[in-house]
Amino acid sequence: MSERLIAVVALFVSSLIFPPPYLAAQTFHHELDSLSRSTADHTKFKQLQKDFRSGPEVTEACLECHTEASRQIHRTKHWTWEVPMKDGQMLGKQHTVNNFCIAVEGNEPRCTSCHIGYGWEDKKFDFTSERNVDCLVCHDGTGTYAKYPSGAGHPPYEDTAFGKKQFKAVDLSYVAQHVANPDRHNCGVCHFEGGGGDAVKHGDLDNSLLEPDRHLDVHMASGPDELNMTCTDCHQTEGHQVPGSRYQPMARDMHGFDYPLPDDYPTTCSSCHGLEPHKSYAKLNDHVDKVACQTCHIPAIAKERPTKMWWDWSKAGRLAEDGSQITELDSSGHAVYLSKKGEFVWEQEVVPEYRWFNGELNYTTFMTRIDDSKIVSVNHPDGEPGDSLSRIWPFKVHRGKQPYDPVLKRFVKPILYGEKGSGAYWADFDWDVAIQKGMDNAGLEYSGSYDFVETEMYWPLSHMVSPKEESLGCIDCHARNGRLGNLAGFYLPGRDYNLLVEIVGFSLIALTLLGVSVHGVLRFVSTKQRRDGVQ
Amino acid sequence: MRRVYLYARFQRFWHWMQAVIIFALLVTGMEVHGLFTLIGYELSFHVHNFLAWGLVTFIVLAFFWYITTGDFRQYLTEGNLLEKIGLQVRYYMNGIFRNEPHPFKKNEISRLNPLQRITYLMLTLVGLPLQIAFGFLYYYFNELVAFGMDPDWIEPIALIHTLLAYLLVAFVIMHVYMTTTGHTPTSNIKAMVTGWEEIDE
Repeated sequence: MSERLIAVVALFVSSLIFPPPYLAAQTFHHELDSLSRSTADHTKFKQLQKDFRSGPEVTEACLECHTEASRQIHRTKHWTWEVPMKDGQMLGKQHTVNNFCIAVEGNEPRCTSCHIGYGWEDKKFDFTSERNVDCLVCHDGTGTYAKYPSGAGHPPYEDTAFGKKQFKAVDLSYVAQHVANPDRHNCGVCHFEGGGGDAVKHGDLDNSLLEPDRHLDVHMASGPDELNMTCTDCHQTEGHQVPGSRYQPMARDMHGFDYPLPDDYPTTCSSCHGLEPHKSYAKLNDHVDKVACQTCHIPAIAKERPTKMWWDWSKAGRLAEDGSQITELDSSGHAVYLSKKGEFVWEQEVVPEYRWFNGELNYTTFMTRIDDSKIVSVNHPDGEPGDSLSRIWPFKVHRGKQPYDPVLKRFVKPILYGEKGSGAYWADFDWDVAIQKGMDNAGLEYSGSYDFVETEMYWPLSHMVSPKEESLGCIDCHARNGRLGNLAGFYLPGRDYNLLVEIVGFSLIALTLLGVSVHGVLRFVSTKQRRDGVQ
Repeated sequence: MRRVYLYARFQRFWHWMQAVIIFALLVTGMEVHGLFTLIGYELSFHVHNFLAWGLVTFIVLAFFWYITTGDFRQYLTEGNLLEKIGLQVRYYMNGIFRNEPHPFKKNEISRLNPLQRITYLMLTLVGLPLQIAFGFLYYYFNELVAFGMDPDWIEPIALIHTLLAYLLVAFVIMHVYMTTTGHTPTSNIKAMVTGWEEIDE
């Protein structure tokens, strides 16, 4: 045996007896600071070291280097508020009906405080303007930038009050010098506050996601050792195109694990978790083709803040005796009645409603003839158990009553926001005038009479994903009165049964019991008689 | 009265294991079917699927034992089976109340009466295999659909599995009752425990 071999063996044996300190490859990381995040320090740009008087002036400075940025934005639905569908229908915020604030058109200066631009006050807005793109609302790294609620997309340039709320003038120079990639608060300023306030619209998106714990959202949880994912980790953006759409969602990702490849558009759960995500229990993977991940992993929405579930416009317009507007709050401070808007119902820890969904949401538009004899679906998820794309999805369903034209059987677009005397409903409280003006403005026909019809609107859910220990268990659906109790058209074990099978089965069991009982009694009696006879 | 050794150690072990497994399968199956809540749907589901393999294992073991020991001959009948079944049925419907003797004497070579032979044979060769087959169709539903099975078949598969389970419940009731019809009400059960049975001379 060579000496070298002996040495190797000795080393091996000694290493078992005296193990060396644990050696692990440790990658060296520089501290994450501004230098590691960007090659450009925007405080050093001469173009940004000046006093800007307006948002568009900032944009002009941005465009000096980022020459194509505005043209990229022009292609997005963040800018156009239009989504052309495969079938030729034109959807998007500009065109669809909703059962919150009903319609954008005619109410632009208020609604467009969430537009990614400046100055969309009416139909005359120039959608080709590059300087009217608002870079800062998405790229403000300071948290000090905010658009003024009725400023048609402009931030307050001087201290202004909106109702009781004070809006301080934005320091445009400071914000422009501290731009960053979008973080939660950038997306959240519109998407958390859709429908006019925090948590109103989506139910699975609200300001509690700024600093959530893992119970609220396991991906976005921001505490130490949490994943701390932000919006753009899933909504991976290229050329300012942000993927993820309620108009064309992907109800079933068949590609599976492909993050971050481009066939994965938008990023789905399966992009990271694959198509067989359950490791310890394979039967759960048998659900993946028919049940969306969201269905079990989002057991409830509006976990911390109540969301609006009911909005009844027909109750609007009740004023106090002195003619002033009425505000009624519930115990948590949420308005349950406003003269301008009508009656609301808020709910927290909302259990979603479940529907088969193949990714097609059918939208009712202002041109659709509606059936006012029943509840009208403003949008409605398509899908059925048998089709290969459809899966059971969770939805927030927002219900309410909104004005429509009972003669033409169409929804109407009232002007809500405006000055006193303009005919706007929120100023003058006259539906007829507000609707007539709104329809004239939109170039739509109005019969001259209005009524209110009950509506429902479906919001597919993908956020507020719970940790796995809090996801639904079998019994939540596989039960007689489980969460899927109302979803017909397929056999669900534990929920479904065939009445004939049950009747036949139980009758047979009952007859057998009866038979053996009678037989046993007869045996007992006959034996007793015989014995008695013998005695 | 005479004592005879009727059931070998393996037979008794197999019988009681199968009894426990079938009982547990029925209870967990009914819970999964939504009839009641006992140990929870999820646990019932797991236990049920685990025990399915147990039942299959014991049936295979029993087949092996019966074939290798030649004891399967206990299930064969010479002569006219129908006539003999008729005799046995007539005894249960009539003779049993008149203290008539059992029409077929038990002994080491022939421990099963013709009615038992046909019942247990049908249960082991048809009933249980059918129930197990439908159970496995049910469990491996996704795999079978991937192989081209019509997904709508889940409903008939589930319904047949349910119906067969109810039939099995009826069988168990009848079976347990019939154990009381021996020499004394408990002599049959004692025999299945100890192997030895007291029989009429």
